Amino acid sequence: MTATTALPAPRRPRWPAPARVGLYVFLATAAFAFLLPLYVMVVTSIKPMDEIRLGNLFAWPVKVTLAPWAQAWTSACTGLACGGIRVGFMNSVAIVVPSTILSIALGALNGYALSFWRPRGAQAFFVVLLTGAFIPYQVMLFPLIRALAALGLFGTLPGVVLVHTLLGMPVMTLLFRNYYAGVPRELFMAARIDGGGFWRIFVQLMLPLSLPIVVVAVIMQVTAIWNDFLVGLVFAGHDWLPMTVQLNNIINTTTGERLYNVNMAATLLTSLVPLAVYLVSGRWFVRGIAAGAVKG
Amino acid sequence: MNVSIRQLAVHMGGTPVLENLDLDVVAGEFLVLLGPSGCGKSTLLHAIAGLVDVAAGAVHIGGRDVTWADPKDRAIGMVFQSYALYPTMNVERNMSFGLRVAGTPKAEVARRVARAARMLQLEPLLARKPAQLSGGQRQRVAIGRALVREAQVFLFDEPLSNLDAKLRTELRRELKALHRELGATMVYVTHDQVEAMTLATRVAVMRGGRIQQVGTPGEVYARPANMFVAGFLGSPSMNFIEGETSAGGAAVLGVRPEHLALHPADGARSEGEIALVEAMGAHEVVWLDMHGHRLAAIAPATGAHRIGDRVGVQIALDRASVFDPVSQERIELHAGAFHHHPR
Amino acid sequence: MVATVLWVYVGSVLWSMRISVSSSRTLPLPDFVGLKQYARLFDSERWMISLQNMALFGVLFILGCLAIGFLLAVSIDQRVRAEGLLRTIFLYPYAMSFVATGLVWQWMLNPELGLQATVRGWGFPAFTFDWIVRQETVMLAIVAAAVWQACGLVMALMLAGLRGIDEGLWMAARIDGIPKWRVYASIVLPMLGPSFGTAFVLLSVSVVKVFDIVVAMTQGGPGLASEVPAKFIIDNLLVRANIGLASAASTVLLLTVLALLAPWFHARAHASRRAGRAARASDPSEAAA
Repeated sequence: MTATTALPAPRRPRWPAPARVGLYVFLATAAFAFLLPLYVMVVTSIKPMDEIRLGNLFAWPVKVTLAPWAQAWTSACTGLACGGIRVGFMNSVAIVVPSTILSIALGALNGYALSFWRPRGAQAFFVVLLTGAFIPYQVMLFPLIRALAALGLFGTLPGVVLVHTLLGMPVMTLLFRNYYAGVPRELFMAARIDGGGFWRIFVQLMLPLSLPIVVVAVIMQVTAIWNDFLVGLVFAGHDWLPMTVQLNNIINTTTGERLYNVNMAATLLTSLVPLAVYLVSGRWFVRGIAAGAVKG
Repeated sequence: MNVSIRQLAVHMGGTPVLENLDLDVVAGEFLVLLGPSGCGKSTLLHAIAGLVDVAAGAVHIGGRDVTWADPKDRAIGMVFQSYALYPTMNVERNMSFGLRVAGTPKAEVARRVARAARMLQLEPLLARKPAQLSGGQRQRVAIGRALVREAQVFLFDEPLSNLDAKLRTELRRELKALHRELGATMVYVTHDQVEAMTLATRVAVMRGGRIQQVGTPGEVYARPANMFVAGFLGSPSMNFIEGETSAGGAAVLGVRPEHLALHPADGARSEGEIALVEAMGAHEVVWLDMHGHRLAAIAPATGAHRIGDRVGVQIALDRASVFDPVSQERIELHAGAFHHHPR
Repeated sequence: MVATVLWVYVGSVLWSMRISVSSSRTLPLPDFVGLKQYARLFDSERWMISLQNMALFGVLFILGCLAIGFLLAVSIDQRVRAEGLLRTIFLYPYAMSFVATGLVWQWMLNPELGLQATVRGWGFPAFTFDWIVRQETVMLAIVAAAVWQACGLVMALMLAGLRGIDEGLWMAARIDGIPKWRVYASIVLPMLGPSFGTAFVLLSVSVVKVFDIVVAMTQGGPGLASEVPAKFIIDNLLVRANIGLASAASTVLLLTVLALLAPWFHARAHASRRAGRAARASDPSEAAA
């Protein structure tokens, strides 16, 4: 009901302030800049080489072709072998799956032990763990190489999985420990009163509770291990090179003419899995970063 | 300074929260906006502050139309539930920040901060950060922030809700003393009727975006305008008994527990059977069943009342209220003209 | 098992350090040559260049990521529409591997067929953008690629920090009459100190480890212009069979990381101690004060 007495009609200052317009311009420009490399990747990968040689990076292809994708997948050459990057894809899958499962299982176990069973020296161990999460791998490379060689695992799949598991343990342990720190201790004590032991409580109580953090951990590990380069380069030998290493070999060690469209197709293929994980998991991905980042 | 609100309408996300709201806050009074969650009291406070946009109507402070003025131009100060102190600044900077940003000369800033610190006994705390202060100290700093702005109207948004009971009673008394000392107009939002009754010079009871009644605590308590106000104030709540008036219309009688006197059962008056006794220390709350109604009565803590006893009940009819059962409004009728129906 | 991990980590670090004071080349030798390897290290032009590059990369990369990440976070925090979409766009590069990033940017910065050629084709024949093939500018190109990849992460961290700020603070600032930019500068920024700290540490660790993106984008070239310590170590370890030198280099790297981490750890421990004291100080029994 509008006023009947002499009341001022309310002013409606509804101009989008110039600052707000500027804000949207800034964000749109930034978004554009961020998407540009993706666009270039896609566009280059569907162009025939003669169009690429015209030297226009952003032009949409006159003749769209999926041949580069097929070539990248089945017949791209890395060094002498020309089996395409699908070899690397299979290897990456073979590496990522067991590594993720193992590192998460062990991380959960360790985090659980540290959180609830509080062994002596847990605090000191925690500090070491935190440091371990940040150590540059190069420091441990040579001893690891020697150790694996001694075990006969150097250049084998179990060897690579072992290294990934080992290197992933500190971060995973920290992740789970921080998560379990938020679980009320009363739950644990009630389970002990009910007669539960170390393993029973873990399997029947804690694991089911851990679903949210397991999702985060899976996202983190799948992305990190799939995108890894160094460990694959050093420990995978010739038979088990992951996709990232193969990709680099295809692009940077080819002689003769460089097939940029095949290169970009190969790059996209390599990035598909983590990008898919990212797009599907959305918020969980961010939560994973924040969880892994806000340590201690 | 007085605050005048005319035909105020506020919409949040499309739904109307306040509509056709009129309210006058007299200069120098302590007005409490009392009501359950979601009744719009905080929204009204934020509208006075200028933190929410107004869909229709006007807000005047000290005779000036401030409906579209920025919060900083309304001569108001506000204390939030979380106090909202700037965490990385010490007490002195918290109080002086707004003034410095506005370009007030340093000497003036220092004078005002010193005055506020003296009034609120904050002098020993000026160098501390909010994290190093107790709840009561934080409240005082929040008030100090409003004080240095030489605000004419102080707004409080449930500042005591986060505190434990003991601290709450202490700070309540401090606030009341502060109001007396400053003499400023204060508008205070709470859902706690005890706070409202003890702090207010006048109470505005709200429900569903509308003001149900405005009056002094005594008025609102003794002569509630409708059944909602009657039931909201007072603990235990007012007893309601359905019946009819001598003229034949349906009515509801409202009697407060303290106006039900209990006597030994002697057949001379209405009787009830005691169902439950709650010992409160200085008094007892006796719940009894009478003519099919469950009534609460307050009696001295003699220990004489036991479950199952029959007692005689005397109602102080001149203190009772009569309501229309349909509109729930108060009817101006002497309670003597009320007859109840035994169930 | 917890102990096994400990043993592996500490053990391998100690072993590396032991090798760094020997004269091992292809295989570890049990002799002891003091700090000779370290002396050789700092005599090596390649190592010194790699350190300089890492420092340059570090400063530009960290500053760039912090600044852009913060700006993006603040912008998105302004209740803009399509917030979810924007966040997805700014963060997707982080899901890509450093190798992929390096390769894409290598392609885009290709002088003959990439950006330079494209802009020239639009009618600007004098346009040059050959950063990637010039010694003075190749690190800048790498910085650009790395910032593109990582500032989404900083944005996510900052956004989480911004969202943790009490709503009442904004309202109190409005009533105090403080303009929005000033709120960000004087109130929000200091409050985000921990977020900045976390971001700084994470980014620093990436700086020390930088390897993949250099190998993919420039292979350390042109010449030695984009050499970095991690690459120096790997090359000496695997290609040039000089594990003594490599171990010395990796020990130096480790010490750098520890030096960066120590103040952060100390600050966090100190902050939690102070919070404990404050919690005790704000006891209700002190309300009479």
